[in-house]
Amino acid sequence: MTQKFDLIEKEARETWENTENSNTPHIYIGCATCGNATGAQSVVRTIKKKLEEEKVDAVVKEIGCIGMCFAEVLVDVIKPGQPRISYHGVTPETAEEIVESYLVNDDHRPDLALGYFGKSGPDDIERIDTGDVFKNQQRVILKNCGNIDPENINEYIAHGGYRGLAETIGKKQEDIINILKDSNLRGRGGAGFPTGRKWESCLRPQADQKYVICNADEGDPGAFMDRSVLEGDPHSVIEGMIIAGYAIGSSKGYFYVRAEYPLAIRRLRKAIEQAKEKNLLGDNVLDSDFCFDLEIFQGAGAFVCGESTALVMSIEGNRGWPKPLPRPRTTEEGLWGKPTLLNNVKTFSVVPQILSKGADWFKNIGTAGSPGTAVFALTGKIKRSGLIEVPMGIELGKIIREIGGGILDDKKFKAVQTGGPSGGCLPEDKLDLSVDFDTLVKAGSMMGSGGMVVIDESTCMVDIARYFLDFTFEESCGQCVPCRQGTQQMLTVLNDICEGRGREGDIEHLLELGDSIIKGSICGLGQTAPNPVLSTVQYFRDEYEAHIKDKACPALVCKNLIMFHIDEEKCTACGRCRKACPVEAISGEKKVPHKIDQNICTRCGICFSECPERFSAVDRLTGKEKLAATSGKEG
Amino acid sequence: MLKLTINGLEVEVEKGSTVLEAADKAGIYIPTLCYHPDLSTFGGCRVCMVDTDGKIVTACRAPVADEMVVKTDTEEIRKVRRTNVELILANHNQDCQSCTRNNSCKLQEVSAFVGITPERMERIRRSVEEIPIDDSNPFFYRDHTKCILCGICIRTCEEINGVTALDFAFRGFHTKVSVLGDKPLKDSKCESCGECLVRCPTGSLILAEPEFPEREVESVCTYCGVGCGIKLGVRGEKVVKITGNKENTVNRGDLCVKGRFGLDFINHPERLTSPLIRKNGKFEQASWDEALDFIADKMNDIRAKHGADALGGISSARCTNEENYLFQKMLRSMGTNNVDHCARL
Repeated sequence: MTQKFDLIEKEARETWENTENSNTPHIYIGCATCGNATGAQSVVRTIKKKLEEEKVDAVVKEIGCIGMCFAEVLVDVIKPGQPRISYHGVTPETAEEIVESYLVNDDHRPDLALGYFGKSGPDDIERIDTGDVFKNQQRVILKNCGNIDPENINEYIAHGGYRGLAETIGKKQEDIINILKDSNLRGRGGAGFPTGRKWESCLRPQADQKYVICNADEGDPGAFMDRSVLEGDPHSVIEGMIIAGYAIGSSKGYFYVRAEYPLAIRRLRKAIEQAKEKNLLGDNVLDSDFCFDLEIFQGAGAFVCGESTALVMSIEGNRGWPKPLPRPRTTEEGLWGKPTLLNNVKTFSVVPQILSKGADWFKNIGTAGSPGTAVFALTGKIKRSGLIEVPMGIELGKIIREIGGGILDDKKFKAVQTGGPSGGCLPEDKLDLSVDFDTLVKAGSMMGSGGMVVIDESTCMVDIARYFLDFTFEESCGQCVPCRQGTQQMLTVLNDICEGRGREGDIEHLLELGDSIIKGSICGLGQTAPNPVLSTVQYFRDEYEAHIKDKACPALVCKNLIMFHIDEEKCTACGRCRKACPVEAISGEKKVPHKIDQNICTRCGICFSECPERFSAVDRLTGKEKLAATSGKEG
Repeated sequence: MLKLTINGLEVEVEKGSTVLEAADKAGIYIPTLCYHPDLSTFGGCRVCMVDTDGKIVTACRAPVADEMVVKTDTEEIRKVRRTNVELILANHNQDCQSCTRNNSCKLQEVSAFVGITPERMERIRRSVEEIPIDDSNPFFYRDHTKCILCGICIRTCEEINGVTALDFAFRGFHTKVSVLGDKPLKDSKCESCGECLVRCPTGSLILAEPEFPEREVESVCTYCGVGCGIKLGVRGEKVVKITGNKENTVNRGDLCVKGRFGLDFINHPERLTSPLIRKNGKFEQASWDEALDFIADKMNDIRAKHGADALGGISSARCTNEENYLFQKMLRSMGTNNVDHCARL
């Protein structure tokens, strides 16, 4: 099998090297969803047009996400013999400038550049790959993302792709699974189930048909890891699935992708076609007896369909409801009643590397219990948001301080939320925790599939719990009482607390509800739905109590608990707030300090942001201060 | 046979039984809402939770194992179960007094068992979505404010009658039982058999004109040749309700729309209670003897004048099979094969 592949690899490498070593400049434009959302496509058009006008011959590549979403649109330029220079925040206007300055002339424009990759580069810009963003990262799953053209299979192969598959075919199935078991790879979907064991339990049953499913129904708010992998390196996932097909004896695989990921679906489709053309997928893979076909199934956007049994129901055309226990395992009776292997995007994408580099290589990364790396979508109140990959066991705080660059606007850190709506919020004193499957669960949160939302002092923890509960409430499938009615009850109580109707005993009520929902719900969605509430009560109980007892929101967020008030001594009667107020609640004239009519005010906060910082005359009051201000009948 | 203990009591059941069935055999009550012995299990109400060897499971679905130790009323179980019922009540129409299922409501029974108190309910935020009653069907109504989404009606429609007119629609908290396209019941493929109505644990499916009988009389349905066993619910001299007779081996309690709801004719003023003979262009009441003599004479006349083939008989689908058999025998003995049946016309 490897002979045939050697030829394919040689051809791919030559094609790639020919373009790479040609005497033309290369331009990489970050065109994943993050880039496109910031305007990458218009940058692509402008650059192509400008190159034509200037008669510059250059290769323009639309690449995936390199992870520095905070710096999009990213345009990287490699001139022959020069390092890769990365330009950030590129607009069509600056794109023209870059072409003119750097490609036509030879000015690398340090004012527009973020830095360069590689050992040496211009002195006036920084080196990126050893800088704060990347020095603590270890890119295994994301190694190709943002570095290769995802729509060109030759680039993937030239970077070692499909070697794992070529070496797999012909081997004994048990041997492949043993390598995975030995590597101690745990599923990257969130629960961390040992992958090798799962594959083994799917190999065991005898059946005329087995299925492999890739779960790409990523739905956590603020999470985009799987999307980025599919957009930036689709072949790695396809290769992992083909290997899985061989290892368990399956001839059919499904990609379950959210329909909201159109770019990922487009690139997957293209990648599947390319793999078929190269005889890496389809009938008689690499001239062997092994046949494997892949199909894309678009999910309609229900969060619960990320749950394995609901996902299977959904592909079968049924209502996406999880199956209550006791039920047969999906590995024994899954899709159409046949043994089915279901893994996350990132799990499949790391498999080829483990098989080509060996279990020991993988075990050397991360911790003993959780080897390998973790991919996070780092978002929230952080300076450098983006897609990161770190070795398991890294200190949580390091991610936030060093990779993320600390809190936005240098505010105070308050909490970090991991695991999406199923996870929890961890406070500052937990920042020294090691990031791995088991430690995070012990602390009341979880790895989840990799969302990491940073929360600062200006965020109300009751409000954030309410936000996540609102999500699970909306996404509950409605099958079982604890989740359907319980999340609604919890959400109503949280709404009451945030809106000043909290009662004594509500915290206990929430805790009791949480306990029953966790114990009573059918599937993982319900069993973890109360976590954001339970963890915020555990670590930020004082905020709940302030809301309930003092009717105060310490973070000054909950609208019903705060009031805007103009300090007469500070107000210079400039009139800005008065003009900006959309409901005309502010009265005052020139030289007369302004006042807010609380009966009209809708607490939109526009006056607060309009008041120039040098005056800072608009205050937000809550609790006792608010009470004093209103009883004093001040405006 | 497998041996297990439930709350310290030993019970022996067949392999493949569920914990709920085993408890039933041992005479131990486990509250249920979405379970119905005639139907497949659903596992959605979560009130039948029990502790089996330290694990919380739903008794309706959990299979028994040898030496299994089941506890149905631990502190933990009590808490989870009670919260579940409280949550159902939080979104349930509280109008029990005027509900026709008052005193026969499964939710009332379970609430009483798990111990719902006013103090605890005080903490619960109540909200009942205002969905108008679907009164499009002439025989029974659907009140969504009393629906607990147990799915019994849906499974009944599919598993008992094979019609599949109902299913869950929408999602999460907004889930409701609906027909295709969320249309009124009358615009669906519902056959109005009322089997769902019989199994509904609450007052969500209710008779359009409910009247409670004083006594019950066993009978056989007169609508067709199947001969389903029925119980006539009588109030005064009037039949007010018909229910299927579960002991009857023909139908085991099941009925169709006619048998269950077609009782208007019994007390209808235009119902024929004796034969009528047209005399001088007007129908006049006659005794059965008179009527039968009259028919016999006429038939003899026709046969004498025009031959036996001039005779013919049409039987009724409302007669029993035996009656229909005798009817064709009678006509053939008169010398004619001209026999037909209303159902073929």
